[in-house]
Amino acid sequence: MSTLIVVEHRDGALAASTAHVVAAARALGAEVDLLVAGEGIDAVAAAAARLDGVRAVLTADHAVYAYQLAEPMAALIVACVDNYSHLLAAASSSGKDILPRVAALKGVPQISDIIAIEAPDTFKRPIYAGSAIATLSNHAPLKVVSVRTSAFDAVAETGSAEIRALDIVVDNTLSTFVGDELATSRGPELGSARVIVSGGRGLGSGENFKLLDGVAAKLGAAIGASRAAVDAGYASNDLQVGQTGKVVAPDLYIAVGISGAIQHLAGMKDSKVIVAINQDEEAPIFGIADYGLVGDLFEVIPALESRL
Amino acid sequence: MKVLVGVKRVIDYNVQVRVRPDHSDVDLTNTKMAMNPFCEIAVEEALRLKERGVASEIVAVSIGPKAAQEQLRTALALGADRAIHVESENRLDSLEVAQVLARLVAEEQPGLVILGKQAIDSDNNQTGQMLAALTGMGQGTFASRLEVTDGEVRVTREVDGGLRTLALRLPAVITTDLRLNEPRHARLPDIMKAKKKPIDSRGIDTFGLAASGYLRLERVETPAARQGGSKVASVDELVDKLKHEAKVL
Ligand SMILES: Cc1cc2nc3c(=O)[nH]c(=O)nc-3n(C[C@H](O)[C@H](O)[C@H](O)COP(=O)(O)OP(=O)(O)OC[C@H]3O[C@@H](n4cnc5c(N)ncnc54)[C@H](O)[C@@H]3O)c2cc1C
Ligand SMILES: Cc1cc2nc3c(=O)[nH]c(=O)nc-3n(C[C@H](O)[C@H](O)[C@H](O)COP(=O)(O)OP(=O)(O)OC[C@H]3O[C@@H](n4cnc5c(N)ncnc54)[C@H](O)[C@@H]3O)c2cc1C
Repeated sequence: MSTLIVVEHRDGALAASTAHVVAAARALGAEVDLLVAGEGIDAVAAAAARLDGVRAVLTADHAVYAYQLAEPMAALIVACVDNYSHLLAAASSSGKDILPRVAALKGVPQISDIIAIEAPDTFKRPIYAGSAIATLSNHAPLKVVSVRTSAFDAVAETGSAEIRALDIVVDNTLSTFVGDELATSRGPELGSARVIVSGGRGLGSGENFKLLDGVAAKLGAAIGASRAAVDAGYASNDLQVGQTGKVVAPDLYIAVGISGAIQHLAGMKDSKVIVAINQDEEAPIFGIADYGLVGDLFEVIPALESRL
Repeated sequence: MKVLVGVKRVIDYNVQVRVRPDHSDVDLTNTKMAMNPFCEIAVEEALRLKERGVASEIVAVSIGPKAAQEQLRTALALGADRAIHVESENRLDSLEVAQVLARLVAEEQPGLVILGKQAIDSDNNQTGQMLAALTGMGQGTFASRLEVTDGEVRVTREVDGGLRTLALRLPAVITTDLRLNEPRHARLPDIMKAKKKPIDSRGIDTFGLAASGYLRLERVETPAARQGGSKVASVDELVDKLKHEAKVL
């Protein structure tokens, strides 16, 4: 038994999610190897090799893997996964894109977005927007699994795994990279922030949405949003928290002008402490909040900012 | 160009599911069902491609119980030209659904396949990527914008850091994200007319798929409920509690 993890990276930096996926892989009890593919990835491979409990870091450095497009990535992974019993990646937009393609090429199913490992072949995952938790067993020769990173604590970075270059080049005639429009985030990354201040339709406009920046800056918080706020253009798409956006579990989640639809709760209800600020005392968000404050956010938020 | 769209019958997104007392599964008896919201977005995008003269025919496909024909009727009322129903009373995993769709792709030869990014019941987010793999097509997942030009589709995708645009050779598989479009509603006369449009219904056994039995659903539970509901009266009390009680500031 051994596990291969597909490593995610951006702008020459290892994604924070990797340390969480390694933690999940270690819970399987087998040897763990990492696969870093891209172009000019030495720094990423070196950072990956420092993660605790990793046996080897395999690298595939070639222009065809730049931007980690699903088609060449899947072909590469298929070429090097034969000796492994498990293939893991974060349930991030990249992991969600690549992993099912590999599973289908190998003729095996995938278990998505696991939150717990019961046994090397048995996993728990939320279904129906987190209204139920399913336990599934997977009897395929290769178990393809994506990991909800907020459910596993990151491993430390005191390791020194061997780095081994692979000489596998695939071709890709299916897809080409055209361009990125990456949101410029001011604070910490949503997925790894200790505090998140999230805004909903109650903010009323993109201009008003910036009201949250002051509180976020004082708390060192990341900004999040409800789907309604993203749809209305108050916030960018990568900030959407929920069933069909990002799933987060910070120490503190402050929901401002968010009603608490089940699809939103699915993305944040495992936060340690939840604060809700809403003028409607009947809003469902209060049902799961540790501290609810009924009031007009346009009065509450400036007052909160001045007291922090 | 022909466009194939996936239409999955799922629980209505407004309905809260209940777990069966024996923990064997969720209980969907007498539950309100609907077209998966991401499939509504897929159908809408196909309609817009047809309105722009890019698509010539829209074929809606659903794999599921007999009742899934209701969702296909909705797709037909919205403007799909015809529908294929693959009847299966058993629950299939995403790979099996993708295998059936791959056969239909071989038969229909669409220029574009549009599926939802995820079904809101299983939340799997797999089928489109699997179908692309099985048919050797490129994939544009989590699409928020599509532009079809000569032999190519440009797809802007919602990714963790923002937006990414790819160019895919046609035919290709697209999966829809929330911002791709705002689906229209079917009009009553169209609902009446849709009753006369053809649905080609076949049994899943005609596909000769061998069940792998790789996945087994062992147990379904209700998650531990969160204790909430406490209120504070003022911003001062909130800050005080966060500092001294919750100790998160
Ligand atoms: C397929 C599908 C997927 C979805 N995925 C997601 C998802 O991933 N994430 C997500 O968030 N949603 C998702 N949704 C949408 C979800 O169902 C809700 O529509 C959405 O979460 C509502 O956003 P909101 O709470 O900001 O808006 P609303 O429900 O409109 O709530 C706004 C709140 O602001 C309060 N308010 C207004 N003014 C003030 C004020 N001045 N001061 C204080 N409070 C004020 C109101 O009392 C109200 O409670 C999805 C829906 C579907 C169908
Ligand atoms: C409790 C529970 C847990 C489960 N866990 C898993 C699991 O971990 N792994 C697994 O593989 N299966 C699992 N399943 C089975 C899963 O619900 C079904 O396999 C599902 O029908 C297949 O794909 P999906 O809807 O999940 O696909 P998704 O990939 O989430 O759906 C994306 C899109 O694919 C298209 N599509 C999907 N199904 C159909 C269809 N029947 N007809 C037409 N278009 C369709 C639609 O356009 C849809 O929007 C589970 C089922 C249950 C009840």
